[in-house]
Amino acid sequence: MKAFGYVRPRTVEEAAEAYAAHPGARYLAGGTNLVDLMKLGVESPAVLVDIGRLPLDTVEERPDGSLRVGATVRNSDLAAHPLVRDRYPVLSQALLAGASGQLRNAATTGGNLLQRTRCPYFQDLDKPCNKRVPGSGCAALAGVHRDHAVFGHSDRCIATHPSDMAVALAALDARVELYGTEGTRSIPVADFHRLPGEHPERDTEIRPGELITGVLLPAARAGVPSAYRKARDRASYAFALASVAVVLRVADGVVDQVGLAFGGLAHRPWRAHHAETALLGAAATPPAFEGAIDLELERAEPLRDNAFKVPLAHNLALDTLTRLAPAPSPV
Amino acid sequence: MPPTDPTPQVAGGGPSGDDPLVPGALPAEDVAAGWTEAAGAGGSARTAPPSEAPGARAVRTYEEPAPRTGAALGAAAGRREGREKVSGAARYAGEHHLSGRVYGWPVPAGIARGRVTGVDTSAALALPGVLAVLTPGDAPRLAEPDDATLALLQNPRVPHRGWCVALAVAETPESARDAARAVRVTYAREPHDAGLRPDHPDAYEPEEANGGQPGRLELGDPAAAFAAAPVRVDTAYRVPPLHNHPMEPHTTTADWDGDRLTVYTSSQGGTTVRSVLAGLFRLPEEQITVIAEHVGGGFGSKGTPRPDVVLAAMAARRTGRPVTVAFPRRHLPTTVGHRAPTLHRLRLGATPDGRLIALLHEVTTHTSRVKEFVEQAAVPSRVMYAAPHLLSTHTVVPLDVPTPSWMRAPGEAPGMYALESAMDELAGALGLDPVELRIRNEPERDPGTGSPFSSRHLVECLREGARRFGWDRRDPRPGTRADGPLLLGTGVAAATYPVMVSPSTATATALPDGTFVVRVNASDIGTGARTVLAQVAADALHVPLDRVRTEVGRTDLPPAPLAGGSSGTASWGWAVHEACTDLAARLAALTGPLPTEGIETRADTTGRADADTPYARHAFGAHFAEVAVDTVTGETRVRRLLGVYAAGRILNARTARSQFVGGMTMGLGMALTEGSTLDRPFGDFTEADLASYHVPAHADVPDIEADWIEEDDPHLNPMGSKGIGEIGIVGTAAAIGNAVHHATGIRFRDLPLTPDRILGALLREG
Repeated sequence: MKAFGYVRPRTVEEAAEAYAAHPGARYLAGGTNLVDLMKLGVESPAVLVDIGRLPLDTVEERPDGSLRVGATVRNSDLAAHPLVRDRYPVLSQALLAGASGQLRNAATTGGNLLQRTRCPYFQDLDKPCNKRVPGSGCAALAGVHRDHAVFGHSDRCIATHPSDMAVALAALDARVELYGTEGTRSIPVADFHRLPGEHPERDTEIRPGELITGVLLPAARAGVPSAYRKARDRASYAFALASVAVVLRVADGVVDQVGLAFGGLAHRPWRAHHAETALLGAAATPPAFEGAIDLELERAEPLRDNAFKVPLAHNLALDTLTRLAPAPSPV
Repeated sequence: MPPTDPTPQVAGGGPSGDDPLVPGALPAEDVAAGWTEAAGAGGSARTAPPSEAPGARAVRTYEEPAPRTGAALGAAAGRREGREKVSGAARYAGEHHLSGRVYGWPVPAGIARGRVTGVDTSAALALPGVLAVLTPGDAPRLAEPDDATLALLQNPRVPHRGWCVALAVAETPESARDAARAVRVTYAREPHDAGLRPDHPDAYEPEEANGGQPGRLELGDPAAAFAAAPVRVDTAYRVPPLHNHPMEPHTTTADWDGDRLTVYTSSQGGTTVRSVLAGLFRLPEEQITVIAEHVGGGFGSKGTPRPDVVLAAMAARRTGRPVTVAFPRRHLPTTVGHRAPTLHRLRLGATPDGRLIALLHEVTTHTSRVKEFVEQAAVPSRVMYAAPHLLSTHTVVPLDVPTPSWMRAPGEAPGMYALESAMDELAGALGLDPVELRIRNEPERDPGTGSPFSSRHLVECLREGARRFGWDRRDPRPGTRADGPLLLGTGVAAATYPVMVSPSTATATALPDGTFVVRVNASDIGTGARTVLAQVAADALHVPLDRVRTEVGRTDLPPAPLAGGSSGTASWGWAVHEACTDLAARLAALTGPLPTEGIETRADTTGRADADTPYARHAFGAHFAEVAVDTVTGETRVRRLLGVYAAGRILNARTARSQFVGGMTMGLGMALTEGSTLDRPFGDFTEADLASYHVPAHADVPDIEADWIEEDDPHLNPMGSKGIGEIGIVGTAAAIGNAVHHATGIRFRDLPLTPDRILGALLREG
């Protein structure tokens, strides 16, 4: 690990100033991913701006019924928060499906969104990776890529985003709140992460120096039935082979609100817009679910060794939608 | 798990008066130690973990043996160094804070084959705190080692990716890592080949496989007999590369004082480390001390010296400072050995009533260009079943890959996965119960050698396991049990592991204060060796266990063989038993008080422990598994796992159970989660950390039950014990794989059984 500077600002404004004042700075919160990457040599920041003690560690209900989650709220605290468990079970379930107990105790909401891919070539300095060294090539394309993307990948990068939490947030229409030199803005979580395209080195739409200050959960999704399901190689502490976050409201046997997002399939949480469009107003029945899911998944472009992800995503989505839909009332 | 009654023939059983925790003709009052029923588990350190399914038995509490004699062996004595370990007081190899100690960090080769043309150390040496960078051009010259993986930094050849091409030494681990990264190595690359296949042009049949086993054994006319057999199974299995990954990475702290060398190292055998270092550095063994008091696991990967100890000693020589080299986790897969991948072809020919006529087991594996290591995976097929026509062969392909080595039950673990899976296929082809098929093929003598078995209770293990598991209620039809989206199934597989034992020395000392000290350079790699050797001593001396102290883990103690091949306790215990028996006789003859320095006896079992035996000596066991396969995701989870073993006399009920359960857990990982991918374009393994190499997490491990049959075998050693450290992993993967077949009706032949494979097959065939 290269020697680095360390500053601990007291306010968001100080943090942004410190970041701007130190070229090569990185924000440090839980450190569960950044510190690993520093040890590997993937990241070598000149200065760490420790935002771990900024006053961003609360979950607040706002007058309109929405929820604002501070950027440094720990994953375990967010998963256990009564309002989250009651109104957004998909989020609580997604958080608890991620990492391990120890990691969730340290990892933060903002950091979870900003974690990097676990593609093995990204983590190995001796191998090509366009995300780590633009222009060096993508070793995964011809190499080991069972865990890689089936949607939205490019010939530059086929990595997936590893977060479970972000998948739930995408399905919930959550927004990321950002603070930067140009002020505050917010963008949908589903648009926060980029597709790799020509620039896989850029994971997100965050601008230089911008700081995630929180995540906004809309009141509109609160209390709507929702669930997260994840398939993985072992029962705990494994990234998703594929996962699904579903928010589903049914009235009179017809879908009147739906959020559907996949994890483990793309460089970002994959919001299934095609499926959602087909589901809205459709009968809440397994055949209708299946048709909508297939409308989304027929657009998948699996790689040599990960075609299994498509039927896996199909099964996860169908099973979860079916379980969330109310049983048809007896006539 | 249905409630079962403890039966007298199963050790670790209930509270009955004839509980055979202490076998043999002991006076009744000596049976004072043992398990007693307790209303609750309690929080005492003496509380045993509940070992059975809820409802199977009440929680039992272990009472430390009363200060009586002759009752130590077999008792569930607590691990002696447990408090030191849980409190952090136990020092591991990297935790000896010698004055002036610095740190070495290896630079792994970034190519799969070629040679180093230049090592530019200037940027590394310019960093703060950097003392030296050792390179192939300037590292201390070593004598040529027997083990070519230890010829480190001696020449510019790069035999595989990850091979050490330089070592940075600096004041802190962080600065050493930083320096290692700043070393610029240039190479002349050569084309490499990391692809294993049976028809590889370089494939050959080795004379010997690991363990000195003949590479080929052929009895009768197996090909013709198979061709003529009424019922035939011709099948193939594949086991991927696997990694030992002990919790403590390979670590050494080396310190020179003039021409005297002291190393604190994480090793399964300090005596061998010393002799290897003496050879490499051209020193008399007396000038080298090797200390390995606590070892955080090894699973075979610390059985012989590994690069850490050689690099640390070289770096300490160069810098004149004590040096610690602790391999980072990511370096282990390419550096310390791995279980080589094995491709198995199994052909079983049988009569319609299920008697084997021909058994053909052909294994193809890889080795590196550095040395030949042949995973002896076809060897267990020479031991298991009465087939008059037998073929067991190995073919090895040298490739530009890291060097494979020992991993828990080398040979038996992958070989029995394949054989016991094929036996399940044969049972299906015959329409015969798989337990019954095995019983019908029980041999009277060892099939491979014709020797009589010293003891063999496989049938008893199968029957007892079947009874406890509720096997008789099993519907044999595959793919017929569902619990919602889950498919349920059960499977069985046999286990075997050879009895090995080596000569050892030991001393026993009687002190005037009434205590005793046993000294032997044994290695306690987490197994409880200190504890069980004290038990051996206490009974041989006829004294209470708490009067005996054990000293292990240093080469200034009497020389002893390694903790490997499940042979440690037998080898060391034999010498301890002899020294203590001798001491007891001396004390009995003593008139007057002990001299202040006490009385010491010494034993050397050379000539007895390594004497030829007319017997085939093996431990046996049976594994039973129940699985649930999720048809939505392809995820497979084990619901129940039972192992019943016949492994001679069990010397410590608590640490033995821990070994069995640990082995079974590792077998569960082999079956379901652990898989390593040899990345052919790069020539190394893709899964380089514990986030991607999936050892089972707690959530994967179900209720595991391990128990044993009392086995009285007079042809082993004075304790009557067989090894128990490895048999738990043998056959576990097959039992789980067979259960997956029973659940799904689909036969999987490629490990591990991850969701991608299972779901794909369910969709194709389901």
